[in-house]
Amino acid sequence: MDITGFISTHRKLLLVGFFVLLLIFVTTFPLYAGTYDVRVVTSLLIYVVLAVSWAMFSGTTGYMSLAPAAFFGIGIYTMALLQENLPFHIIIVIGGLVSFAFALLVGLVTLRLRGIYFAIFTFGLVIFLSEIIRYIEGQIGQTRGRSIIALDSDMLLYTMLGLTVVTLLTVYFIRRSRLGLALLSIGGNEEAAAHMGVNTTMVKILGFAISSMFMGAAGVVAAPALIYIDTRIAFSLFYSFMPILMAVFGGMGQVYGPVLGAIAFGYLAKTLRTQLYGYFMLGFGIILVVVILFLPNGIAGLVPLLQDKLGGVIQKLRKGGQAKQHADT
Amino acid sequence: MIEAIPQLIITGILAGGIYGLLAMGLSLQYGVCRVLNITHGEFVMLAAVLTYTLSTIGINPLVAAAITGPLMFALGFVLQITLFRGIKARAPSPPVFEGSALLAAFGLMYIMKYLAQIQWGSLPLPCYYLADKLMLAGMTLFLNQVIAFAITVALGVAVYLFLNRSRLGRAIRATAEDPATAGLMGVNINMVLALCFGLGGLLAGIAGSLSAMISAPSTAIGFQNTVIALIVVVLGGLGSVTGSFIAGIMIGVVSFLVLGLWEPVLVVPIYYAMLMVLLLARPTGILGKK
Repeated sequence: MDITGFISTHRKLLLVGFFVLLLIFVTTFPLYAGTYDVRVVTSLLIYVVLAVSWAMFSGTTGYMSLAPAAFFGIGIYTMALLQENLPFHIIIVIGGLVSFAFALLVGLVTLRLRGIYFAIFTFGLVIFLSEIIRYIEGQIGQTRGRSIIALDSDMLLYTMLGLTVVTLLTVYFIRRSRLGLALLSIGGNEEAAAHMGVNTTMVKILGFAISSMFMGAAGVVAAPALIYIDTRIAFSLFYSFMPILMAVFGGMGQVYGPVLGAIAFGYLAKTLRTQLYGYFMLGFGIILVVVILFLPNGIAGLVPLLQDKLGGVIQKLRKGGQAKQHADT
Repeated sequence: MIEAIPQLIITGILAGGIYGLLAMGLSLQYGVCRVLNITHGEFVMLAAVLTYTLSTIGINPLVAAAITGPLMFALGFVLQITLFRGIKARAPSPPVFEGSALLAAFGLMYIMKYLAQIQWGSLPLPCYYLADKLMLAGMTLFLNQVIAFAITVALGVAVYLFLNRSRLGRAIRATAEDPATAGLMGVNINMVLALCFGLGGLLAGIAGSLSAMISAPSTAIGFQNTVIALIVVVLGGLGSVTGSFIAGIMIGVVSFLVLGLWEPVLVVPIYYAMLMVLLLARPTGILGKK
C-alpha cells in the first residue's frame, strides 16, 4: 500500500533515479564488457538520439518528417570530409550545425505550407542528397566512397553518452519552454495556435532545425564505426525507418517513450541484422502498422491505461482490506 | 547532341503517360481518402513483378495488366476498409488521422517491399514484350512505348469522364469536398473511400504491368516510383486529376532530357529543384485551385 502511494507521489523522482542508474551503468560499462558490447551500447545510444529528436518535432506537431536518414547522413559525410583537419569533438558540433542549416533551408521551403507538402518533400530527400553527393564526388574525386579512420570505441561510447544526455535534457527543457508549448499547440490545432499569436512558421522551422541538429551530430559519432562509406551506406533508408518505428512504438507523448522504443528495437536490430535482414524488416513493418492501428500512443500510452485498470484493482483490494479490518474490530 | 533532343522529348512524353497514371491514382487517394499513400510505388512494383511471373507461364504483359489491375484494386480496397478505416475511427481529429495514416503507409511500404524481396529476390526480372523498333521521321521508337502511352491516355480520359460525368463520380467529388454533407445526402462514404483507394491501386497496377514490358522490373523500383508520383502530384496540383496527367508528361520529358543530355544521377535532384521552385512560387501546382 505504501509502495503504490510512494510511486504515485514521487514518480518524477523515480524516473530521474532510473536515468541516473542507467547513466552509471553506461559509464561503467567498458570496465566489464568487451569491445563488441561497447559498440552495441553506442549504437543503442545513437538510436535513442535519433528517435527522441524525431519525436520532439514530428511527434508534437504532427508534421511527419520521413527523412531522419538525410540529416544522419549529413553528419556522416561531415565526419568523412573533415576528419583529417579538425578534432573529433569540433566536427560533432559542425555536423550538428550543417544539419541545422540544411533543415532551416528545407523548412523555409516547405513548412510555410500544409503538412502534406512537408511529408512529400522529406520522403525523397534521402535519395536527393545521396544522388547529388554521388554526382559531386564523381566530378571532383572520381571516387565512389571514402574511408573513415576508426576511433577508440570507449571514447566513442562516452562521447555518444554525452550527446545523448545533452539531447535528452534539451528535449526535456524544450517541452517545458514556450517553444515546446508552441510546437504542441501546432499539433493540437494550428489555426487556433496562429490566432493565439504563435508565429507558427517560425516555431516549426526552428523546431525542425533543432531536431535535425541532433541527428546530424549523431551521424558524426556513428561514422567511425562504419570505417568505409559511400552515398548508399551514409544515406541508408534504414535510418529513416528505425527512428520512426522506435518513436511510434515507444509513444511520443513522453520523452521516455522513444527512449524505450529505441533501446528495444535497437537491440533487436543489432542482434538480427547480420542474419534474416529481409525477414526482420518485414516484421518491423508489421509492428509499426499494428502499433499505429491499436496503440496510437505507443507503449508509454499504456502506462496511464494500466494505472487506471490496476489502480481500480488496488483500490478495491485496499477497500476490501479496510472492510475486513472493520469487520475484525 | 542537339539532334537527339526531339527523340528524347518524344520518348519522355511516351514514358510520362505512365507517370501521369501513377499520379492520378495518388491524387485520387489523397484527395478523397486523405491518405498520402506512400506505398503507391510498391503497388507498381508488385504489379510489375507479378507481370514477370505471369509472363513465365505464357501470359503477355498486356493481358497481365487486366489481371494485376483488379488484384491491386482489391488490395487497395481491403487496405482502406481494414487499416485506414480503423485508424480513422481511433483518430481524434483529421490532421491526426493524416499523420497516423502516413506513418502506417510508411510501415506498409516496408512490409510490401520485403515480402516481395523474399519472394522474388532483388535482381531485375526481364519480361520485355513487343520491343519492336518503329522508325518515325528519323526517330527510333519502340512499339511497346507507343502502346503503353495509348493505353494510359485512354485510361486517363476514362477516369476523367468517370469522375465528371457519372453518378458515382459525382459522389466521389462530393465526398472529397465535404464528407459529412455528402454522407447526409445519401452517399455511402465508406464505400466511396474504399472504391477510391481501390481505383488508385488499379491505376498503379496497370502502370506497373505496362512499365514491366518496357523495362525490366525488380523489387527495388517501388521507392523511386513513389518519389516520382509524389512530385508529379504536387506539380499537377493536389487533387487535380487532369493536372496530374499533364505534370506526368512534363516530368517524363524532363527526366529523359536529363538522362540523355546530362547525367543519370541528376534526375532526382532535378525533380527536387523543380519541386522546390514550385513550392516557393506556386504551391497549388500548375492546375490546382487554392
